[in-house]
Amino acid sequence: MAKRTGIEVSIAVSEAVKLANTDVIAAYPITPQTHIVEHLAELVAQGELNAEYIPVESEHSAMSACLGSSAAGARTFTATAGQGLELMHEVVYVASSMRLPIVMAVANRALSGPLSVWGDHSDVMSVRDTGWIQIFVENGQEAVDNTICAFRMAEDSRVLLPVMVHLDGFHLSHMVEPIMMPDQKEVDEFLPPFNYPLPLDPSKPVTMGAFAPPIVFTEAKWAQEMNLEQSKDVILEVWKKFGDKFGRYYNPVECYRCDDCETLIMTMGSFSETAMMAIDKLREEGKKIGLFRIRLWRPFPFEEVRETVKNAKAIIVLDRAISLGMGGPVASELRNALYPLEKRPKIMGFVGGLGGRDITPTDFEKIIKRGLEIAAAGSNREFEIYGVRE
Amino acid sequence: MEYPGKMIEIRWHGRGGQGAVTSAEIMAESAISEGKYAQAFPSFGPERRGAPVQAFVRISADQPIRMRFSITDPDVVVVLDPGLLGAVNVAAGLKPGGIIVINTVKTVAQIRQEYNLNVRLATVTATKIALEQLGVPITNTTMIGAVLKITEAVKMESLIEPITKRFGRLAEKNISALKRAYAETIIEELAGDKLRR
Repeated sequence: MAKRTGIEVSIAVSEAVKLANTDVIAAYPITPQTHIVEHLAELVAQGELNAEYIPVESEHSAMSACLGSSAAGARTFTATAGQGLELMHEVVYVASSMRLPIVMAVANRALSGPLSVWGDHSDVMSVRDTGWIQIFVENGQEAVDNTICAFRMAEDSRVLLPVMVHLDGFHLSHMVEPIMMPDQKEVDEFLPPFNYPLPLDPSKPVTMGAFAPPIVFTEAKWAQEMNLEQSKDVILEVWKKFGDKFGRYYNPVECYRCDDCETLIMTMGSFSETAMMAIDKLREEGKKIGLFRIRLWRPFPFEEVRETVKNAKAIIVLDRAISLGMGGPVASELRNALYPLEKRPKIMGFVGGLGGRDITPTDFEKIIKRGLEIAAAGSNREFEIYGVRE
Repeated sequence: MEYPGKMIEIRWHGRGGQGAVTSAEIMAESAISEGKYAQAFPSFGPERRGAPVQAFVRISADQPIRMRFSITDPDVVVVLDPGLLGAVNVAAGLKPGGIIVINTVKTVAQIRQEYNLNVRLATVTATKIALEQLGVPITNTTMIGAVLKITEAVKMESLIEPITKRFGRLAEKNISALKRAYAETIIEELAGDKLRR
């Protein structure tokens, strides 16, 4: 039976990796992800998880080792954050182009400089084009559930792509909170064994990760893009099956009190829960404002986003990252997604919650108020940075 | 602006290595084991042994907690190390009617005079208790007893399992220190409105 447990989210993610009977973990500790791999190392050392734990000398090596183990047909997990993801960067692309279904938890963190160990989504934005399936979670329960779902999505023979599960560094990774931990039997029933179609095997040699001259490179990228786009059907199927079994359903775009709203606020990650508090208060005051969140960041859920915002006149976006010289990356992608609509809503982008700064419900109220002012003024201002101390 | 909800917010002040985070986690785990909602988390950052740190606990009997930010307006403040009183404004943001419980051998009157703390106070000689019960001046579990004297956010019996899980054979000593602190904590009687902020 599943058990309601008070547990730190990082530890809960490790326990989910254990429940998934992971074969190989290759990882390097980095704040704020450290507790995930530390706990996994303990589980392996204590014999509670029958897996190979490879303590590598860097994140570049971590992902390289993951490539090898996944290609050999082993269920493979790693975790990283911020600068670690940057050091891993070039190998991250290779995992998806080689169709290796690695699962990686990213405890999202700001990028240097100035040096910051605290959370934001800068590291996510640096890997958004890497061809991985990417899922955002908002609380510990979602982190556990989606870690388990990630293996099933990744390893489905129609997908065979790596999956990142993004959880906010510190604000989520370091939180002790109540989580329903599934039991081993339930997870075993949900997650079939990994069966890689063409594993590395000395007795049956294959070439993997070969170089591509101009005559095939475009086709390789085309195949990758088709593959990632088509993975969405399987992602939806896995979430549905998970919901039917565990009673918790997930969607590419999640709404909170969105119905009949002309004004919507959009967030990703754990601050969404705080935003809900602001929405509840504004609703009580009679203001028709709702919240939607993108859970499936890649492949981008164009249709679901368009459907969600079809009645909106104004959308206020909180980006926890900045694309310097351009603005908020999520707001920018939203503008791109909504451009084909006949009735396009105004989109006001705000950049906030950078490098670990809290955003409270009162902050959300201020952001919404300011966003509506900009919309009313008919301004085409690209974005504002919220809460700068002057 | 006020956000309603029956919830207690506790902020722990200690120094890196004194176990403030552990205490916060033990309280949250206990509350969750009672079927309540709770969260515990540290002041985020690269903490160093000896540096001032904070840890936070929120407990709600009936509502899931959606607050993903530090506690700025606590109901209860716990001070593990009296040396922090001169270094950190432990009363910052304390809610009206809130209380600060301090590990100290001084009296409330002395503390109030020395640090100009114009809020309700409670004191307990936690270092002395910890030395006598545990043999070490680590006061984090001891101070949970003082918190229980102030608020019934968690039950004494539900603390036993998380403490046993963490401290193993030393659990019993920690629990006896906690129980002594519960018995020996002195809570200041409210002396009129001037103590309410």
